[in-house]
Amino acid sequence: MIHSLFLINASGDIFLEKHWKSVVSRSVCDYFFEAQERATEPENVPPVIPTPHHYLISVLRHHIYFVAVIQSEVPPLFVIEFLHRVVDTFQDYFGVCTEAAIKDNVVVVYELLEEMLDNGFPLATESNILKELIKPPTILRTMVNTITGSTNVGEQLPTGQLSVVPWRRTGVKYTNNEAYFDVVEEIDAIIDKSGSTITAEIQGVIDACVKLTGMPDLTLSFMNPRLLDDVSFHPCVRFKRWEAERILSFIPPDGNFRLLSYHVSSQNLVAIPVYVKHNITFREGSSQGRFDLTLGPKQTMGKAVESVLVSSQLPRGVLNANLNPSQGTYTFDPVTKLLTWDVGKINPQKLPSLKGTMSLQAGASKPDENPTINIQFKIQQMAISGLKVNRLDMYGEKYKPFKGIKYMTKAGKFQAGLPDKWTLEYIKTELLHKEIRIN
Amino acid sequence: MSASSAFNDEKGGSSSVGEPEYGHDPASGGIFSSDYKRHDDLKEMLDSNKDSLKLEAMKRIVAMIARGKNASDLFPAVVKNVACKNIEDPNQLIRASALRVLSSIRVTIIVPIMMLAIKEAASDMSPYVRKTAAHAIPKLYSLDPEQKDQLIEVIEKLLADKTTLVAGSVVMAFEEVCPERIDLIHKNYRKLCNLLIDVEEWGQVVIINMLTRYARTQFLNPNINESLLEEGGSGDKTFYGSDEDEDEDEEEKEKKAEVAAMAKRKPYVMDPDHRLLLRNTKPLLQSRNAAVVMAVAQLYFHLAPKAEVGVIAKALVRLLRSHSEVQYVVLQNVATMSIKRRGMFEPYLKSFYIRSTDPTQIKVLKLEVLTNLANETNISTILREFQTYIKSMDKDFVAATIQAIGRCATNISEVRDTCLNGLVQLLSNRDELVVAESVVVIKKLLQMQPEKHSDIIKHMAKLTDNIQVPMARASILWLIGEYCEHVPKIAPDVLRKMAKSFTNEEDIVKLQIINLAAKLYLTNSKQTKLLTQYVLNLAKYDQNYDIRDRARFIRQLIVPTEKSGALSKYAKKLFLALKPAPVLESPFKDRDHFQLGSLSHLLNAKAGGYQELPDWPEAAPDPSVRNVEVPEWTKCSSREKRKEKKVEKPFYTDSEGESGPTESADSESDSATGSESSSGSEESGSGSESEESKEASESEEEEEEEEEEEKKKKKKDLKKPVQESERGVFLQTIAPSSTLKSYELLHRITGEGLSVEYCFSRQPFSPDANMVAVQMQFTNNASSDTKNLHIEDVKLQSGMRVKEFPEIELLPAGETATAVMGIDFCDSTQAANFQLCTHTRKFFVSIQPPVGELMRPVFLTENEFKKEQGQLMGMNEITEKLTLDVKCRNEHTIVQRVTTAANLSRVPCGSDKEFAGRTVTSGSLVLVTVATKEEGAAQLTVNCEKMVIGTMLVKDILQALTQ
Repeated sequence: MIHSLFLINASGDIFLEKHWKSVVSRSVCDYFFEAQERATEPENVPPVIPTPHHYLISVLRHHIYFVAVIQSEVPPLFVIEFLHRVVDTFQDYFGVCTEAAIKDNVVVVYELLEEMLDNGFPLATESNILKELIKPPTILRTMVNTITGSTNVGEQLPTGQLSVVPWRRTGVKYTNNEAYFDVVEEIDAIIDKSGSTITAEIQGVIDACVKLTGMPDLTLSFMNPRLLDDVSFHPCVRFKRWEAERILSFIPPDGNFRLLSYHVSSQNLVAIPVYVKHNITFREGSSQGRFDLTLGPKQTMGKAVESVLVSSQLPRGVLNANLNPSQGTYTFDPVTKLLTWDVGKINPQKLPSLKGTMSLQAGASKPDENPTINIQFKIQQMAISGLKVNRLDMYGEKYKPFKGIKYMTKAGKFQAGLPDKWTLEYIKTELLHKEIRIN
Repeated sequence: MSASSAFNDEKGGSSSVGEPEYGHDPASGGIFSSDYKRHDDLKEMLDSNKDSLKLEAMKRIVAMIARGKNASDLFPAVVKNVACKNIEDPNQLIRASALRVLSSIRVTIIVPIMMLAIKEAASDMSPYVRKTAAHAIPKLYSLDPEQKDQLIEVIEKLLADKTTLVAGSVVMAFEEVCPERIDLIHKNYRKLCNLLIDVEEWGQVVIINMLTRYARTQFLNPNINESLLEEGGSGDKTFYGSDEDEDEDEEEKEKKAEVAAMAKRKPYVMDPDHRLLLRNTKPLLQSRNAAVVMAVAQLYFHLAPKAEVGVIAKALVRLLRSHSEVQYVVLQNVATMSIKRRGMFEPYLKSFYIRSTDPTQIKVLKLEVLTNLANETNISTILREFQTYIKSMDKDFVAATIQAIGRCATNISEVRDTCLNGLVQLLSNRDELVVAESVVVIKKLLQMQPEKHSDIIKHMAKLTDNIQVPMARASILWLIGEYCEHVPKIAPDVLRKMAKSFTNEEDIVKLQIINLAAKLYLTNSKQTKLLTQYVLNLAKYDQNYDIRDRARFIRQLIVPTEKSGALSKYAKKLFLALKPAPVLESPFKDRDHFQLGSLSHLLNAKAGGYQELPDWPEAAPDPSVRNVEVPEWTKCSSREKRKEKKVEKPFYTDSEGESGPTESADSESDSATGSESSSGSEESGSGSESEESKEASESEEEEEEEEEEEKKKKKKDLKKPVQESERGVFLQTIAPSSTLKSYELLHRITGEGLSVEYCFSRQPFSPDANMVAVQMQFTNNASSDTKNLHIEDVKLQSGMRVKEFPEIELLPAGETATAVMGIDFCDSTQAANFQLCTHTRKFFVSIQPPVGELMRPVFLTENEFKKEQGQLMGMNEITEKLTLDVKCRNEHTIVQRVTTAANLSRVPCGSDKEFAGRTVTSGSLVLVTVATKEEGAAQLTVNCEKMVIGTMLVKDILQALTQ
């Protein structure tokens, strides 16, 4: 299956290599560099590159190419999914997955890679199991290891691999038993100039942090499970139970994990939390243009819209902008023509606005009047889809755990105000929601 | 330097030919450079008693080997420690690690050791060790392909494993070593289907892909009617013809085809096993792992009835929200699927709309899918979407969009004019690339109906003044030349302009100028004769020899001279022949002959090791090959094991009478779960068990784990000298007395009226656990009493002991008495000689035990049995082939005969007939296996460290089974 792995940074240096079978010369990466040169953008390097004797399958994450060398037929997604899993593991272990972090922790990196693949076939990819085998580095342990020459390899024998519930190690013990669930949602939307929705979608995830003793068996039910249009599960979730009763029943992994991802399609009416009114005009032959933009809350169920950030790619002809924000601060970069306005919180009584003039290049033709407008915002205490957890119950263990549902919603590609989607960029929105105890 | 060459430095082997030299690795070099000096520490660690130290040392060595470091001086230490010691370590993790290390050493000289270790590990009681054995198989295979046959045996054995832990790894080994041996799957097919949902993700992918191939060889095409329709003369069915709204004509055809099919074949009924696979894979569409989702999607695409394939669309569309590499692969597969099964993606049309942030390669693929999905109803939406794409800054993408519009126009005649008009509008675009691409596409479209579009041709003729892209100029010139009769006035003028700029044109444009000149000369020589000659003269002295050749050729062809041959008569026909319109079709057409989701499909070229997806068979092979006598997969959990025992219980009680001391097997699980009916349905092996909730199977697995621990404890117990408590169990397992064979000790004539018979009661001899109990029956046939019956003058071989029975003071005439004596035969069949004394006489008698009586049964689980058997190989194993007695071909009789011949107990749930016992004195294990084949052929295997006992036992059992 996977023969070797090369890590290549943005400047084209191979800074780490790992071979699971025999050694493949790093010259095989030349084919990758060729493809990289042909590609105009870093993300346009084909994920699968055939070479005379090998196939290169790569993913690009955090400006690092993870290039796997394959010798024979294997499902490409198998390799791609595995490589992403490797990146996730590094991120989990080192906090970030950068070249520096990998180089700083090179011993742990090799130990991890060694455990994750055996002879090119995935062996232990569950973070639970790996952490039992190889302890994540801490400053203290790194120091001790440097002095004593020991490694991060666990002292105890890793019994997790033997568990028939492969995602959960046995013999877990906590003094405080707690289970937290974060409902995180992202809203993608395109809203046209008149304020009507062109498309809107919600992607959601439920991330969990479960620290429970023993082998707890949890069930999580929703007030409105029908909202969830398409779901994908962590392997711990029992499919049949969901199919039959729309209840999430599972033996949780120990620690942090993503329980499920879901999708609320545009068929369901998606509430749009903010609106934008804007008026940008240029007159033919004039070196001045007018800029007028107002924001307001829409369907927020009375919750405050916070951390609002508006950005816009103004036309090339604009030399400078002289604007007056009713609140917050704005910046305009004359080189990239990017206008950003840090609004802060929207006060429904006094809507924030940004007004003023733009100076234009003399003699230039009348620029496009529909520049990009992107909005970022956070809304506290509201799940945009309206999804609500009903109950969380635990079976199989006697103690009483502390349970909490923390509604947390992250939004995705949000664009507003314009009919021409080609000039629009998408915005990430992060919505943080209140914590609800359901004990 | 690779590991193998590292070893070869010392061992002088030669397997490193062609290994690339290992370059200096800055990342690892600095950190591990001191490894060489640390080897002594590693050796010490390997020799230590601490598990953790051993484990760590082995991890380090594996890491060194993986990095190609020279570990050759560790070789003996590793093999000594690992192969010989740790593989037998009581801790399963140590055993597994040892095997991993051993199998990572790529040196041919250890192939035999590796083979032995793999075989042993494959019978290990720990599923984790068995999993490691499965992982080691491809390693050994790549090291020495000669071992294939032996490895297949191991794979076969591991395929029969019932644990989820092993399933994925062994199928992986199967795919690497012997993917062609599809016959090995039959018996395991249902089990694999049922285990699938609980196998780890990576294993799921491998199993699903393999089962797809399997199903293609074993089941019938569920869309047989559809494919008949395709064969049945709808060849002219255009590729954009909607699958859903087939017109009446085709429906009729379908009916006819069906009727024809009816005559030829039986109506299609899906094999329940085919259904089982579809049903059990479907929930995995909701896996978080994209590779699993894709694997299920391709399985459905290749195996499901047309009406059911639709379920995969939603899951595939979900993957489009994942990383861009995932999108890239998924879109390639959707592109192929959308040609064959367009209907299923139509509801998700919008999901393929392109976002400005998509990388170009994703955009182009989405465009491909959108084009495939276009039909009469959605084309207007799609074209509107395409129009916005043309405004993109990404020029490669804009070019692809224009080509897509062209394809829509050729495929859907209703919108051809709309598309053409749209493209013509693009001709006035500010961007030259857009114009150029449009010209090329328009050229192709116009070829379909040139007569209607002379104004477009005129418009394009004007473009020659501005447009500079060679391909576009060449296309325009070709168009004008081809359709010069539609633009009789403009064409000569274009030629005039071109003649002026000829020397500055690119080669492809020059060729088209010559072409245009020739065509005009043939149709309108009056106006263009001079121009043509001028152009041909210019071309004659061109730098490019192609152009010079072309000019010479054309001059000869079109300008009639006395030398010109017969061809010039046909010049007009040659140049102005009607040319077929180009076909614009998807590059993904017919790519589905590769298994979807595979690397080969993605590259549209066969990758090494690719297994062809077989065509459906004409007639289904025998489905009974998948039947399993006892559904083996049900044994995977203890709960079911219990049910099994319940099933087996009547077997013992019924056959062997009322005594029924068979509770022992259930002693560890007293709670009776599972009704008879449920176990009965399992036996039918219909696979309906799949509905069992995951919850249940999980909790069972937990139980299994507990059970495993119990077993471990038990194993320790077994190793201790036999204890009272244990014998309590054995007491109950013995065969009922009716089957005990009696021997004569003293004939009544020799004994002057006293006759003595004895039998081996198979009861533990309570005064001394190491003695065999001999039950004696004294009968006084004389007319006078016999008194003071006792034993005297015992003559024994050294080590043997006898515990006499208490003296029988009086045995009246005609009466019978019994007594039990104990004899320690010292695990030999030497006779115990002694004198049997009465008050008047002494008789010399001797008791010689059949070898089968020198042992007592022990209860082993199958795993324990396999494990123990694995340790009694080589000299300790005796194998004999035999032909079973005609009356002795059913399991029951075999079991009965073996247990009569030797005091052993059957291993419950064994796949073969396996029996276990320990010798009475030394407690050595005696393991017997009877493997039956067709026609009464069988193989008897006895494993015992006491070779004499083993040999004799083989002889005895052989006799028992063949007579």
